[in-house]
Amino acid sequence: MHRRSLLEQIALLGRSAIDVVEAMGRSALFLLHTMLGRGGAGSSFQLLMRQIHSIGVLSLPIIVVSGLFIGMVLALQGYNILVSYGSEQAVGQLVALTLLRELGPVVTGLLFAGRAGSALTAEIGNMKSTEQLSSLETIGVDPLKYIIAPRLWAGFISMPLLAAIFNVVGIWGSAMVAVDWLGVYEGSFWASMQSSVDLYDDVINGAIKGVVFAFVVTWIAVFQGYDCEPTSEGIGRATTRTVVYASLAVLGLDFILTALMFGDN
Amino acid sequence: MSDSNDYAVMLKGVSFKRGSRSIFNNVDIRIPRGKVTGIMGPSGCGKTTLLRLIAAQLKPESGEVWVNGHNLPHLSRSELFDVRKEMGVLFQSGALFTDLDVFENVAFPLRVHTKLPDEMIRDIVLMKLQAVGLRGAIDLMPDELSGGMKRRVALARAIALDPQILMYDEPFVGQDPIAMGVLVRLIRLLNDALGITSIVVSHDLAETASIADYLYVVGDGQVLGEGTPQDLMNSKNPRVTQFMKGLPDGPVPFHFPAPDYHNDLLGRR
Repeated sequence: MHRRSLLEQIALLGRSAIDVVEAMGRSALFLLHTMLGRGGAGSSFQLLMRQIHSIGVLSLPIIVVSGLFIGMVLALQGYNILVSYGSEQAVGQLVALTLLRELGPVVTGLLFAGRAGSALTAEIGNMKSTEQLSSLETIGVDPLKYIIAPRLWAGFISMPLLAAIFNVVGIWGSAMVAVDWLGVYEGSFWASMQSSVDLYDDVINGAIKGVVFAFVVTWIAVFQGYDCEPTSEGIGRATTRTVVYASLAVLGLDFILTALMFGDN
Repeated sequence: MSDSNDYAVMLKGVSFKRGSRSIFNNVDIRIPRGKVTGIMGPSGCGKTTLLRLIAAQLKPESGEVWVNGHNLPHLSRSELFDVRKEMGVLFQSGALFTDLDVFENVAFPLRVHTKLPDEMIRDIVLMKLQAVGLRGAIDLMPDELSGGMKRRVALARAIALDPQILMYDEPFVGQDPIAMGVLVRLIRLLNDALGITSIVVSHDLAETASIADYLYVVGDGQVLGEGTPQDLMNSKNPRVTQFMKGLPDGPVPFHFPAPDYHNDLLGRR
């Protein structure tokens, strides 16, 4: 194996930087063509419904179970800390704010990337490697409209709803632990939540996060599938990239959004 | 222009690169209308790339690709989708939509591009499947079909809209002798019965030569030879002769470039 000279190493670095910029440009054009190109083929409403089922409805079990456990754990941990100050009734407030502001959209985003994002990439990559996308093109149907657009929209629509369901189930789980198990007074549990949760600051800001994460995760997933090398190794690599990039994007964007929304408080 | 009446497809001075590797260098190819034209050459010489250039799935670096009087590299994305309706492509894997059954696969182009009532779509699909001998498989899913059957269903789908040009990408690869015979017969039959222009990209010499009216042999990014199968058999070009006669050694060497064998064995590089 021959050692690379310094110049070659710099050239290599430059080339990978160019590759990254190129991929970003391709993904932006890809999004533009998908969203703005001419009308779709066939009954696009039906296609959308089918995708909402496979992306959204089939993700429900993992979202519900995770939401339940996270809510239960939050209540348990919160109770243990708050009880030493004698303010265990504030556990309702703690759980609701944590879920609505942060964990709801973030954990849903991560789970969505792992469950639906990877499946989207693998499915589209497989269609590419079996020439189904080329075949659509030669039939005169734009795969961006027929395959990509319904999946993209289904992701945009499903994920914020999943995040909302995650929050509801999480709060329900925390009530089970705090009220039914640990004996926090039910009235103050709900009252502390009601008095501290603000519609704009908490609920809407959390929902905005959900929408942003939905957009980014689904975009990454469908682009990686569409752009992958059409071999089984290529599909495997693209699926991994989807989960890694989407998870990092969710966490990074969460910090930026949190700074914008709550930074000046 | 009169050329566009005689020739369904014309490539003029087409060059194409993949990265820094040149696949085609100033290639001229003319596909006569209503005939079966074979494009042959060794594996990896860019035959499928050529097909994708004609189907406008790839853009040439330079040169013109004329299909039915349209210069494809100059068309917009939506104009391209319109021109593609005049072409059918049979991919190597068949490329059937795995979530649709045989009927829906063949009906797909009709549903997308026409407003025909369901009964008429059903009749057309039955006729197309009858032509490829698979009317009985109408309710099966793609994963229930053999490789040869998949290709025949894909062929039925490719002719659903009665295209003027039909392209076949390696139609004979991995087929048993019976399936191969069926495909050879179908390609010729469809060409003559529907009056379409067929382009068969293949390295299966005997089968392609048996149905093609005209052949191109490509390699090294160029057209090495062209003519009727008989012309090419008698060609004086050593590259064409090696390919047509299947000789293991010749201008295309048997050995991949390597250092001297003797020195290599003695560990001297």
